[in-house]
Amino acid sequence: MNLLDLSALELGAKIQSRQIRVEEAVRACLSRMEALEGVLHAFVTVTPEAALERARDVQRRIDSGELTHPLAGVPMAVKDVFSTKGVRTTCASKMLSEYVPVFDATAVKKLEAIGAVCLGKTNMDEFAMGSSTESSFFGATRNPWDPARVPGGSSGGSAAAVAAREVFYALGSDTGGSIRQPASFCGVTGIKPTYGAVSRFGLLAYASSLDQIGPIALDAADAAAVTAAIMGRDALDSTSVDAPAPGVPRGDALDGLRVGIPEDYFGEGLQQEVRARVMEAAHVLEGLGARLVPVRMPVLAYAVPAYYVLACAEASSNLSRYDGVKLGFRPKNTQGLHDLYVAARSEGFGAEVRRRIMLGAFALSSGYYDAYYKKALQVRTLIKRGFDACFEQADVLLTPAAPTTAYPLGFHAEDPIRMYLGDIYTVSVNMAGLPGLVMPCGFDAEGLPVGAQLIGRAFGEQALLNCAHAYQQHTSWHRQRPLCGQGKEA
Amino acid sequence: MEITDGLIAYVAELAHLKLDDAQRAKARDDLARMIGYVDQLAEIDTEGVEPMSHVFPVKNVFREDEVRESMDREAILKNAPEKKDGCFVVPRTVE
Amino acid sequence: MAAYEMVIGLEVHVELSTRTKIFCGCTTRFGGVPNTHTCPICTGMPGTLPVLNRRVVEFAMAAGLATNCAITRVSKFDRKNYFYPDLPKAYQVSQLYLPICRNGHVHIRTAAGEKEIGIHEIHMEEDAGKLLHDPWLDKTLVDYNRCGVPLLEIVSEPDMRSAEEAIAYLTTLRQTLQYIGVSDCRMQEGSLRADVNLSVRPAGQKELGTRTEMKNLNSFKAIARAIEGEFRRQVECIQDGGRVLQQTRRWDDNKGTSFAMRSKENAQDYRYFPEPDLPPVEISEAWLAQVRDRQPELAQAKAQRYQQTFALSEYEANQITAEKPVADLFERAVAVCGHPRETAGWIMGEMMAMMKERQVMPEALEITGEALGTLVAMVAEGRVSRQSAREAFAYAFQGGEDIEGYVRAHGLETVQEDGVYRKAVEEVLSRCRNDADAYRAGNEKALGFLIGQAMKAFQGKPDPKRIREALMRALKA
Repeated sequence: MNLLDLSALELGAKIQSRQIRVEEAVRACLSRMEALEGVLHAFVTVTPEAALERARDVQRRIDSGELTHPLAGVPMAVKDVFSTKGVRTTCASKMLSEYVPVFDATAVKKLEAIGAVCLGKTNMDEFAMGSSTESSFFGATRNPWDPARVPGGSSGGSAAAVAAREVFYALGSDTGGSIRQPASFCGVTGIKPTYGAVSRFGLLAYASSLDQIGPIALDAADAAAVTAAIMGRDALDSTSVDAPAPGVPRGDALDGLRVGIPEDYFGEGLQQEVRARVMEAAHVLEGLGARLVPVRMPVLAYAVPAYYVLACAEASSNLSRYDGVKLGFRPKNTQGLHDLYVAARSEGFGAEVRRRIMLGAFALSSGYYDAYYKKALQVRTLIKRGFDACFEQADVLLTPAAPTTAYPLGFHAEDPIRMYLGDIYTVSVNMAGLPGLVMPCGFDAEGLPVGAQLIGRAFGEQALLNCAHAYQQHTSWHRQRPLCGQGKEA
Repeated sequence: MEITDGLIAYVAELAHLKLDDAQRAKARDDLARMIGYVDQLAEIDTEGVEPMSHVFPVKNVFREDEVRESMDREAILKNAPEKKDGCFVVPRTVE
Repeated sequence: MAAYEMVIGLEVHVELSTRTKIFCGCTTRFGGVPNTHTCPICTGMPGTLPVLNRRVVEFAMAAGLATNCAITRVSKFDRKNYFYPDLPKAYQVSQLYLPICRNGHVHIRTAAGEKEIGIHEIHMEEDAGKLLHDPWLDKTLVDYNRCGVPLLEIVSEPDMRSAEEAIAYLTTLRQTLQYIGVSDCRMQEGSLRADVNLSVRPAGQKELGTRTEMKNLNSFKAIARAIEGEFRRQVECIQDGGRVLQQTRRWDDNKGTSFAMRSKENAQDYRYFPEPDLPPVEISEAWLAQVRDRQPELAQAKAQRYQQTFALSEYEANQITAEKPVADLFERAVAVCGHPRETAGWIMGEMMAMMKERQVMPEALEITGEALGTLVAMVAEGRVSRQSAREAFAYAFQGGEDIEGYVRAHGLETVQEDGVYRKAVEEVLSRCRNDADAYRAGNEKALGFLIGQAMKAFQGKPDPKRIREALMRALKA
């Protein structure tokens, strides 16, 4: 048996039963990384010494009976958007390429408390603005299924690292699909919990009213365990709430579950094979006792433009603090304060970040606020109402995660709008604050993974996880693994 | 709407970004496309629809007025690009 | 100039006297070694989030109630975006769309009589840090200790028509805020700051002229001078055929004139939008009632009560209630001695003179109510003469608390035994027979001389009243 074939919970169980030592698991991951990172580039920062030292400490506390969590000792990674004390946190930006925080994000602290062993910080689109992980200052991450293609984004490093078995799970953040779309492109399971379910303290903000934190994992059971560990009200985040943490997902039949199929999610622009795979998944659920219900979400077409207005507006404000004064990049030889500001920001931010900040500043500026920002907030209300109506007829919704499978690097370089349109199935979920889960549901003709998205009611994480788990009990897509140039694995 | 050089310069100043000529042309192009794209929002009727800035009805989240120890100043200044006498240093502000 | 009228509105910022900052647990204590009252939250480190201090909301409610405002039942925070080194997040969390208080007023009194000044709104926001010039580097040092200290911004209606009215409004506002205990309003520490919006118009014209905003005003005197100066400038500008430009100006109190700030600082597109990190504040009837029940008595009510229960004159009552620390001192002292009129006399006389002479602000008073009350009681009981009490008062004024001990140690207590008085009087009468006879013959002036002599002959501290009594008794005998 290769320990890298295990899921996080399977590894955790073997660690608890002393069949595998934590250090052994960490070393296996580190050598896997050594073999793959040269091409894959899923990490911005790897911390092998700290991880090995941590492994020994966690092992001691497992041996003493202090750490009994089913994920204790399991190697994992954290997207480089989370503040990590003493470990540089770059947001994949030149602006923060040397920033070493003095405090930990709450989600990171919570995982540390259960005995997680962090191996490093994963690559991402700069400041989480992108859907391909190509805008990273440190260079793109490759898709483990085909290194000529993108892993999705913005949590592309987290998804690629998990899919390639460099780690057993990773934390991501999702503002408009940044956990779910890369999970789909990389053939892994990711969940964006309900807004407020996980504290955002220590998450470097992109768009505060949309940002949520969640795991990218190998299957629904692992995702449930990580989600349960990071959820909960935090005195440091006023928007966090105490919600019921998901328990171990049940694999029993889905008798009576109403699965809504919103036809607006299956319209123009959807790759034929993606539609086919997702509908096959719907029929698997039907076979498990679920009832498929057609529902409508007519406002969907406006979700993307409304999302870009809101996200960019909030980002333009959130990223204003990067001004070269307190931390981060400060250029030399500037003339006076204004020049320092402008030079630090113009040289410190990449093109996509600058583009979004400008759009956001425009949408909030005097004379345009009502037509753009306020209008987008109203559309947001309509999106929420649209979902409310769907959930009167259905318990969960099943949709594609993205219109296509992973595309080649550079594919959208000339036209950002085309990339934005790829977020059409995910952004509306953030706009309404709902939980969304993506699970692998097959492959296209080129052997690239296809992901299906389950959308739930607010704080309905358990229903999504149960449904995905039941599906995974009867399918093996989540067990497929990329070859990563390593030939057939044992 | 028409995206003029004046508007680009204004928005760049709001965002504290500088653009050379090539960048300005590109920015005008990009912004025109992005604004053109989001302009489709005008099609949808939102008459009387309440704008939603907070998605859930969470309210009245407070802390009590109890002092907590401040952070060590060394830590506060740890990432400062320039510091002196326990302060951040910036170019002279107009006074 | 008489043909023109000035229209003034004031924006007043007051720092609240909460223990902690508005969004984090750092202390609000004034000063301190730079950047020692800071944490990742108030220095805007990436990933940090604000959590609202409950007391800030309650102080804002109290201020609104005391100024007759309507309290907004669902109020929200907004971000005001601009770049400056004293603002670490590059946005200030403030309230634009739904401020916590609206539509209030206060009554002011000037030589012209009483007038109502409207309050447009009161909103909560965070203070910025401090910038210090370093002459050696020729650069600016940034200290974030003040950053995140809670502020109320109180925006008046443009209801004032003279510098006198503006000062009366500020005085009333400061007094009110001090009374309800939400701010100490120390201008010299910057805990009360005012910006002046001023326009002029020909007398009788209804429409308002173009207004300017003046910043950098750090005393009531400077505000009065700035108002007069800006009024003159605008009128001259119009009379010269010019047009007043809407701009922000900086008042230079030394030069006695204002300067337009650079246009970059003038660019005011703050791109306000709802603060996504803070949920709305919803104020229930019960919460509002709770705050209302805790409201202390305000100056005007107190002055009325002093006249009714303590028999002070209107003038005395107004003088003593003008400053809350003085009123507090008065009430404490009266509770100790039970002599309100005498206590008022000491405060209005000795104490106010000493405050003026030594330039002590009311909030910096060190004298305690216990000390003053004890002293007043001792004088009333004749244990200390008024003259000696002055010496003891000087001690009390500097914060001395043990009045009994001080009087004893300095031999200020008047002698009580009758025998000592009799002895002094007998000695004088035997020495000054002619003067005694003159008095008996009807020369009243002679009495004063005899009293003086007896005081001199007295062994110890005499009580003049008792000297006089003893002398009269002996002369009649």
